[in-house]
Amino acid sequence: MTLDLLRLLLTIALTGAGLVFYVAGTLGLLRFPDTFSRLHALTKADNLGLGLLALGLAFQAPGWAEVAKLALIWLLALLAAGTVAQLVARAALGRGAR
Amino acid sequence: MSTWLAVLAVGLLGSLAAALWRVWHGPGQADRMMAAQLVGTAGVGLLLILWAMGERAALDVALVLALLAALAAVGFVKASSVDGAGDPEEEAPDPSMIKGRRHDP
Amino acid sequence: MAVFDLALCTLILLAALAAVAGPGLFRAVVFFVVYGVLIALAWVRLGAPDVALAEAAIGAGLTGVLLLGAVGRLSRAGADEPLTSRIDWPVALAAGLVGAMLVWAVLSLAPGPGLAPAVAEILPQTGVENPVTAVLLNLRAWDTLLESVVLLAALIGLWPLARGGAWQAAAGPVHHALPDGVLAGFGRLLPPVALLVGVYLVWAGAYQPGGAFQGGTVLAAAGVLCVMAGLVRAPGMAAPLWRLALVAGPGLFLALGVAGMAFGGFLLFPTALAKGMILAIEMVLTLSIAVTLALMVLGPPEGGGAQ
Repeated sequence: MTLDLLRLLLTIALTGAGLVFYVAGTLGLLRFPDTFSRLHALTKADNLGLGLLALGLAFQAPGWAEVAKLALIWLLALLAAGTVAQLVARAALGRGAR
Repeated sequence: MSTWLAVLAVGLLGSLAAALWRVWHGPGQADRMMAAQLVGTAGVGLLLILWAMGERAALDVALVLALLAALAAVGFVKASSVDGAGDPEEEAPDPSMIKGRRHDP
Repeated sequence: MAVFDLALCTLILLAALAAVAGPGLFRAVVFFVVYGVLIALAWVRLGAPDVALAEAAIGAGLTGVLLLGAVGRLSRAGADEPLTSRIDWPVALAAGLVGAMLVWAVLSLAPGPGLAPAVAEILPQTGVENPVTAVLLNLRAWDTLLESVVLLAALIGLWPLARGGAWQAAAGPVHHALPDGVLAGFGRLLPPVALLVGVYLVWAGAYQPGGAFQGGTVLAAAGVLCVMAGLVRAPGMAAPLWRLALVAGPGLFLALGVAGMAFGGFLLFPTALAKGMILAIEMVLTLSIAVTLALMVLGPPEGGGAQ
């Protein structure tokens, strides 16, 4: 019972923190002045948000297979965001240079 | 628990909606593309929440979405290269452009 | 969750409106990609994860590459003029009519469980445990067979657009990238994982959401990425093995359908053999769908020479 309560509290705390980072990333996307600083807001804050969300929800997973899938999803999102940030920034630079 | 998850889901959807604003206003193509990327990341997060609410298959949908999240952006940088088949890294950008740029035209 | 569903519906409508009526081709395409993500969420909320999987793979993945490539091509050709806001009345009328018919159809749906109980009743005889796979590969195998042929026909329809009529040359333009750059690294890292996920989706499709189309789309995305990252050349149709890969799926489907005539009729699978037959069709069909979709996204040959 106490273990369940602990898991519940961890889930709520971690997913709550995750939402905060998502919202922070969105604020950055809306408020930052130029393309390249908006890129920072997105790739860093959002992926931390997703990581915290996945970690929090992992405490509710019925088995290890689901935990592994959650971890894989986060790693894939990190890889995607890192690649996209780099490539899109380069493309934006190239466009400006032309 | 389910109330909390519903609150989370609505909050995350709000974050996603804000990204739609950026897709609309741009101003540059890169801004719109990044905002679409944020919609993807928020979508993955929302699918995880729906999974925790009991929709078991949502985890696999999140996996596919996370796996292919970068594909559209890769298509974008390809399409915006000089011949449509290149790579932005091949065309070395002028380093002086990094400072002082405000908007992508 | 009523608030969530209502907000999701609103966002879907806004994204659709922006994609269709907004100014600017590029913005319209990005909104269409975003729309795909939202629709995938909606399918999950509606309890249709099989469709959500397909939408996530197609709508958010491959369609984005296809449409952004088209926009890039138009802008290089200097043809990306801003969309006019003039309303095309005949088209608007036709779309409105179809829309009204759809609304009428949805409103006139009888409340109730639909066909689900009938499928559940016959499910033990179909050889698989996922009702969606049972319908697609057994109960309504005709539809799926013809769909796989339609996909092939679409690809063949693309080949006449090849530059200089050289339809056997390597598909699409010659892609290149910085050999040790970010794009090439990504192209090396992601496809192995995509291969694993694609095969998993096909295998899992027998007892949970997934299947040949979803798995094939993920594999196609992996192939397209390998080519776009400049790691491998796109295949050309001069190679017989690639042609075989295209027709193997529909071909095996057709052959096993004919074999079913020994058990009572075309496409009738006997319960004892159904699981094996369906899995065989799904595996080979996955390959064919993957190659067909990848070749369609890469585009008609542009005279780069076969591999």
